[in-house]
Amino acid sequence: MADRGFKVARLPGFAITAVLVFVALYLPIVTLVAYSFNASMSISTWGGFSLEWYARAWENRQVQDATLRSLIIATFAAVISTTVATIAALGTTRRRAFKGQTFIYVMINQPLMVPEIVTAVALMILFGIVKVWLASQGMDRMAHGLHWLILAHAAFCIPFAYLPIRARLEGMDLTLETAAADLYATPWQTFRRVTLPLLAPGIIAGAMLAFVISLDNVVITEFVKSGGQDTLPTYMLGQMRRQLTPEINAVSSMLLAVTVVLLTAFFLLTRRKD
Amino acid sequence: MQRLTIATVLLMATTSLAQAEGVLQLYNWGNYTSPELLTKFEAETGIRVTVTDFDSNATALAKVEAGGHGFDLVVPSANYVPIFNEKGLTVPLDLARLPNHANIAPEWRDVAWDPGRTTSIPWAWGTVGISVDTAVYSGDINTSAVWLEVPDELKGRINVVPEMSDVLTLATMFYGGEPCSEDLEVLRKVRDGLMAAKPHWVAMDYGATERMSNRDWAASVNWNGSSVRIREAVPTVAFGYPREGFTLFMDSVMLLRDARNVDEAYAFMDFIMRPENAALISNFARYANGITGSEAYMDPVMATAPEVIIPEEHRANGVFMPVCNATARGYMTAIWTELMK
Amino acid sequence: MSPAEAEAVRRSARDGWLLSLPALVILTLAAVGPLAIVLVYSFLTPGQHGNVVWDFSTGGWVGILWTKDIFTGEWVLADGHLTILWRSVWLSLLTTLFALVIGFPTAWFIATRPPRERALWLFLITIPFWTNLLIRTYAINEVLRREGLMNSLLLGLGITDAPIEVLYTPTAIFIGMTYVHLPLMVLPLFAAIDRFDLRLLEAAYDLYASRWQVLRRVILPIVKPGLIAGSILVFVPSLGAYVTPRILGGGKQMMIGNFIELQFLQGKNWPLGAALSMVLLLMVTVALLVYVRHAGRRSQAHG
Repeated sequence: MADRGFKVARLPGFAITAVLVFVALYLPIVTLVAYSFNASMSISTWGGFSLEWYARAWENRQVQDATLRSLIIATFAAVISTTVATIAALGTTRRRAFKGQTFIYVMINQPLMVPEIVTAVALMILFGIVKVWLASQGMDRMAHGLHWLILAHAAFCIPFAYLPIRARLEGMDLTLETAAADLYATPWQTFRRVTLPLLAPGIIAGAMLAFVISLDNVVITEFVKSGGQDTLPTYMLGQMRRQLTPEINAVSSMLLAVTVVLLTAFFLLTRRKD
Repeated sequence: MQRLTIATVLLMATTSLAQAEGVLQLYNWGNYTSPELLTKFEAETGIRVTVTDFDSNATALAKVEAGGHGFDLVVPSANYVPIFNEKGLTVPLDLARLPNHANIAPEWRDVAWDPGRTTSIPWAWGTVGISVDTAVYSGDINTSAVWLEVPDELKGRINVVPEMSDVLTLATMFYGGEPCSEDLEVLRKVRDGLMAAKPHWVAMDYGATERMSNRDWAASVNWNGSSVRIREAVPTVAFGYPREGFTLFMDSVMLLRDARNVDEAYAFMDFIMRPENAALISNFARYANGITGSEAYMDPVMATAPEVIIPEEHRANGVFMPVCNATARGYMTAIWTELMK
Repeated sequence: MSPAEAEAVRRSARDGWLLSLPALVILTLAAVGPLAIVLVYSFLTPGQHGNVVWDFSTGGWVGILWTKDIFTGEWVLADGHLTILWRSVWLSLLTTLFALVIGFPTAWFIATRPPRERALWLFLITIPFWTNLLIRTYAINEVLRREGLMNSLLLGLGITDAPIEVLYTPTAIFIGMTYVHLPLMVLPLFAAIDRFDLRLLEAAYDLYASRWQVLRRVILPIVKPGLIAGSILVFVPSLGAYVTPRILGGGKQMMIGNFIELQFLQGKNWPLGAALSMVLLLMVTVALLVYVRHAGRRSQAHG
């Protein structure tokens, strides 16, 4: 290989294309973030540096409400879906393939395969029927609570929590658990004190993934929400069709920052196991 | 077990975020509610109003009819008021709880679509015409030909707002018919004319206020109040009143049958019938309102804007959109559905 | 198998089911179950102002392809519907193809970086992937606008003398979808290329193959599973896209997702909306089956 004039892995034009792609991927986002610091009202002409839009976004009550709501839904959805996914992962890996296992696997990954708009419409119809019935029975709180959104979110977060946990579980060394059993630990003790800690990075990774997915959801939330139940993305969707000022840029940048932070944590977490 | 209880309690507590005391869910047109109005209302009554936007009467109706919406008040246009009532989605108002009801201007009190105003309270009224950036097109803008027989300068730069009744009524009058026409000849011309013009429209979307201020669009079939706000950003924008016929609309507040915060709703409705508060609505959205005495509180620009005070020569061409019967509505819906594809 | 073993296997299976139960319950309630309702609704009659009347009707399904002409009353082919369906398929295919063409070099590039650098590049490609879809669509919207970045650059560099109107055209949607879905193409491609044994390349060059031959006959067949996975991951969401066409299309350039939504709003035809949803689901399932078949074949072909 040393006497070759070229590197084996180099293909003409590939490197330059790749670099251009990276530039093209980041340029719009960078521009969006840059203009969030724009002092002028316009989104297209630069008027100097200013933090005004961040201040406005911060004080905007609709933004505050929507953000809080997004965080609450994401937290509950992540907890529920991760718990449920962990249990399911334990049930579907590291054992002899049983009848119906493929079915379970397909069910769990179903949200990844069905277009969001279809699920959104389906939930709108079904939940709508239930909500109307509940309201007619006078059970207002049940009809209009946040739990419908949490339920919807928990459902589509399950595959996102499941896959990292399953991957981690499959890669885990059985010998430690066997050793624990040899030392007369009960299955429950083995689980609590050996399996679970070993599985922890996978669970945390799954939970974080689920959290981000829930936080980012637009379509399903848009169709399932009741009056006044905007989440940050649905608020942004409404604003993007009418916004005149860089305030939406500021909101977007803040959401982006949260995502980047969580992503970095996820990356560091899943790297350390190597 | 303890953790489970705490979690459940937290869940219930947070879900009741949406049901705290002293809240009101208002379902209104986008960009139509003055934040100042809401702040003033909250300061006076402690009731916190959450506004959810809709873009069109059809959307609002669909959402309310689907049920499980959670709104208390909705603000449809005049031609939809009877529909909401017919479908039992709204309830008659207890006028005893609305002492300011007497403030409704006489000309807006006994309207055909709600005689005596027993089911709806005026929010604002205006006209539908055409906003045009005269720097792009300097020809005659007081005709529907601007959007139905699009001049070259505006091809690919004019938007048509996807509001069925307004668009179809304007088109019907352009092709010589009366609003709510059942004349198949006229309707066929309307359908063909619309389909022929559509390729020349840049979009069929809302948000003209923003997108014309942004110069993304050069013209749009638009509501007059929006045009005033566009002119504040782009001074060359003028509002055309089609001489073949343009429409007048009024939006009114109605109380939904499923409303959960009824007391708060009445407080709000009474609040907006005070002249100074009605003026807040008008000053923000740039539309006139139906409350006597509010002129005293309005911005000076409202008194002189040609978009708000209809110029003398155009007044006769304004038509208040009537409530069409089922047959006419059927035709309109069919044409519209075909157009929207 | 001894009875004890058989019993253990049975118990393992039962445990498997029990442990999966919570997930299955949630998914049935809020993911799979509702789909059944949609199917039911597609066979009902539209209500006068939206929603449905519980009368059986095939109108929803017929309405996908045929409508009654308002004036003549006869059944005609609904070209509007066909346009939308065709546009969705066509734009999705184009997006997938273009994403493949520019995504493959990108994935190759990342996979051939020195190991320490590689993690950084992977991280850089993952950030856009996880950035909120709305943010990315809005960012592209800002770039494509009349007074946006693209036109400013083109005008500033003197390449054009008037702003190009890209927004609200199918081109804008194509650009938007490619931008939004590109990371979905790159990641599976990277995973496939990562497992590629570079010694095969050496061997090919030793046999005096040209670069093009190497690409066609050595690289592509082996990374084919990654190509297919990436293509599916771009094609499926593109087909069902809703947000991107809504923001970039201006209401005139509808795709299936928007058209479905319309039936639940101004269209007032829930059964049609339901039927269209089923059609979309069907198209996606077909695409996935194609993937599964190809992915299955791979394990046979390449030892």
